[in-house]
Amino acid sequence: MNKVLLGLLLGAVLGAVDGGTAWFTPEVRPEMAMIIVGSTFKGLVGGILIGFFARKVNSVPLGILFGLAVGALLALAIAAMPDGLTGKHYYVQIIVPGSLVGLIVGYATQKYGAAPATTPATR
Amino acid sequence: MKFLSDKALERLREGAETPDLAGTRYRLLERIARGGMGVVYTAEDENLRRRVALKVLDVPGTDVNRLIREARVLAALEHPGIVPVHDVGTLADGRVFYTMKFVEGKRLDKFIVSVASVPDRLRIFLRICDAVAFAHARGVLHRDLKPANIMVGPFGEVLVMDWGLAKILRETSNSAGEADPEATIFEKPKQTNISSDATEISVVTGHGTVMGTPRYMSPEQARGDVEHLDARSDIFSLGRLLRFLLSGKPEVVPIPGGHRLDKSLAAICAKATEAAPAERYPNVPEMALDVSKYLDGLAVGAHRESTFDKAGRFYRRYRFFILLIAAYLAMRVLILLFMHR
Repeated sequence: MNKVLLGLLLGAVLGAVDGGTAWFTPEVRPEMAMIIVGSTFKGLVGGILIGFFARKVNSVPLGILFGLAVGALLALAIAAMPDGLTGKHYYVQIIVPGSLVGLIVGYATQKYGAAPATTPATR
Repeated sequence: MKFLSDKALERLREGAETPDLAGTRYRLLERIARGGMGVVYTAEDENLRRRVALKVLDVPGTDVNRLIREARVLAALEHPGIVPVHDVGTLADGRVFYTMKFVEGKRLDKFIVSVASVPDRLRIFLRICDAVAFAHARGVLHRDLKPANIMVGPFGEVLVMDWGLAKILRETSNSAGEADPEATIFEKPKQTNISSDATEISVVTGHGTVMGTPRYMSPEQARGDVEHLDARSDIFSLGRLLRFLLSGKPEVVPIPGGHRLDKSLAAICAKATEAAPAERYPNVPEMALDVSKYLDGLAVGAHRESTFDKAGRFYRRYRFFILLIAAYLAMRVLILLFMHR
């Protein structure tokens, strides 16, 4: 599977799972659908960015760092928005798992994503 | 009457064997080793001012024309994993010599001690397979594949040496040859007497019939069934070589307290060393493919896996990824516990 597609799929799946864990926080349960859609979208965006990075830079440590940074930044953007019902910010609950999801996608795209096929040189 | 000591006899024998290179462009430097078909020396090519390995073929009764033709065919084996033959000629005393690239490196059996990781050992093995497959594609069987005939150079290059016992199945279009070489090269030995305490020394018996090294030779080669030898005979030797690389012994020897060979690798070795050639890998690339699959964490053709084996392989292949997911889930649980305190 190519790196961008792998990043996209993994980002979406892990994003959805990440959003789904909000169910364990009773006060935000009424917003579950919104949270899952938002988290999946965040995962998709992060996954595509990380996948494109993996296509350009072939390095597992750099991929992990980039994934971590992208995951953290996107999660920060979400966490900066207060919860609609409680008005509280859930920085730790959103940024820590979001960063780790980015790290996992960064590692996976570097390690398991297929590099784009090179076209043979033509005269 | 006074008897000569073994040491003195050895010195006398060496003196008699020392080739006279007068009339050639080579100057003898030192003796390196004895191979299956002769003695290898280092020599200096006085025209090109470079060191070469010079092998003097000294098996009695060997057809000189055959050896020269063989050298020509081997010279056509231009591959990074095969030591190139530079020159071939005849000494004043009628013995034939080859000169080859002088490789400064370590024999595989010595080098492998410093290679701890199984994947690194398998990568070395794949490079040997690459060279042998190339030779097979050119119609040449090595017939004496063993650790002592593999050199690892200072830059990690892997070279298959000592093609002196090679069997030429068919000659390539650019090599000289009038008759079917198989018809003239080989003659069935009258008797093969291979001791059970296998030796690492190449055995040459009968009228130019080349046998190989007992611990590494295929059963059909040991029987002297030279007419029916094909690539699968070298595959047997490769199987033994692979087992040596993985366990230090070419045969299946249970080592009390020693680690057991991975099932897939053991199956590859077992398939390559089946007694019946038809049961072995049909060619070297197929064997190499199985080894590559193992390296990539995929199922190998030689081993039918149970569900447990498959799960184990999946875990080994994606170990770090699985651990990351587990870390993520653990962290999630910790956050939840922290929130609900």
